[in-house]
Amino acid sequence: MAHIPDGVLSLPVLAAGTLAGVGGLALGIRRLTDRDIPRTALLAAVFFIASSQAFSLGPTSVHLLLGGLTGLVLGWKAFPAIFVGLLLQTLLFGFGGLTTLGVDLVNMALPGVLLAAVVRPFIRVDRPARSAAFTGGAAALAVVITAVLVGVEIALSEPAFAPALGVMAAAYLPLAGIEAAVTAFVTLYLLKVKPEMIVAPAVLGTAI
Amino acid sequence: MATDAADAAAPTSRLDRLDTRTRVIVAVALVLTLVSLRSWVLLSAAIVLGLLLTGFAGIPARQTLRRLLHVEGFLLILFVALPLTTRLPPFLEIGPLALSLPGLERAVTLALRITAAALVVLPLISDLTPIRLGHALGRLGLPPRLVQVFLFSIRYIELLRAEARRLHDAMRLRGFAPRTNLHTLKSYGHFIGQLLVRAIERAERVNEAMRCRGFAGRFPLVTLERFGTADVGVAGLTVLLAAAALLLDRL
Repeated sequence: MAHIPDGVLSLPVLAAGTLAGVGGLALGIRRLTDRDIPRTALLAAVFFIASSQAFSLGPTSVHLLLGGLTGLVLGWKAFPAIFVGLLLQTLLFGFGGLTTLGVDLVNMALPGVLLAAVVRPFIRVDRPARSAAFTGGAAALAVVITAVLVGVEIALSEPAFAPALGVMAAAYLPLAGIEAAVTAFVTLYLLKVKPEMIVAPAVLGTAI
Repeated sequence: MATDAADAAAPTSRLDRLDTRTRVIVAVALVLTLVSLRSWVLLSAAIVLGLLLTGFAGIPARQTLRRLLHVEGFLLILFVALPLTTRLPPFLEIGPLALSLPGLERAVTLALRITAAALVVLPLISDLTPIRLGHALGRLGLPPRLVQVFLFSIRYIELLRAEARRLHDAMRLRGFAPRTNLHTLKSYGHFIGQLLVRAIERAERVNEAMRCRGFAGRFPLVTLERFGTADVGVAGLTVLLAAAALLLDRL
């Protein structure tokens, strides 16, 4: 439900979201050097694949959002990467909408990017458990903030929905837990295998 | 997945006579108009227009239906909850549940609007191949670097998907079966981590190969498409339709 379809949001919400999305994209693109183009594209492809894969959970299955992990690995370049993913999802699967691209982009990318910036200084190769705890926490919080953003946007567009949204937001909590665990394990793995992908100074490419 | 290879094989529809840029702009304009409409008659008319477009583009009915079901899935929860939760005068009370008429009205408006939007976007945009959309966005003035990232992603998604499949096969051969436990989450964590590592290493090789060939941040976007008479006609018609709909809606 992180994708809001066309036709739900009101024009002011769409305008504000699009503006914020364009701002984030501009920041991300400014940090994209020639060297970063293939990297960002391939990582965007990985996040697209990983988040379109259903992971079974008990009787049902969930799709990961991976906003926190994307922010950790890509920094502000998560905005172009997630934009690409959203565009492809709209195009190939019809998830989400065309006019809501900016809003969806902000919902998905902003929490991850900001939280990743907060926890990045605490990620260290010699402290894997602490690093994983921080990234896992950031990933869970990113999911919750995404859910809250979606809820607030819908409530602003259609105030009548507001009471129903609390119930829907609660549905995100198990996902937050799963994201936290998966992101923590990815962190442990990367710290062992390719620490430069996730450790502080080397957010892929030249600058964060 | 529709990538470039599927491009040549894709049957051309009548909408393909238009410049892709026109299709993108018309779709955005129509959806933005729909968002502002409140009249059920106009929204129903928009649905009919969407169905006509879908027929015109030669999209199979089954694909249309699947797309619609997907979009309406989003609505389902809201649709059930909205009439129940709106704090407006109820018209029907069953125990603690109170169905309110204004709530129901809003839910219907929203359902019509979302259906109309999906029916407009499907034939105009979702029918395009990613490569074609990428080129059109580039020619519409999106930053070249962003377009480059988009085009590269399309190129590598299929490849990385194959990589993911191999990893998954390897996991299954070692007896992995997803369950609801920590081990499963750990395995998925390592799976995603390994996919990221492979992607980064491939990106490094791609980057080196491109630098050897003098890549400087952009590829030329080549197209035979021209903004022609048909495009002017369709753009004009869209403006007229949108203006008429907005005017009628205010009356």
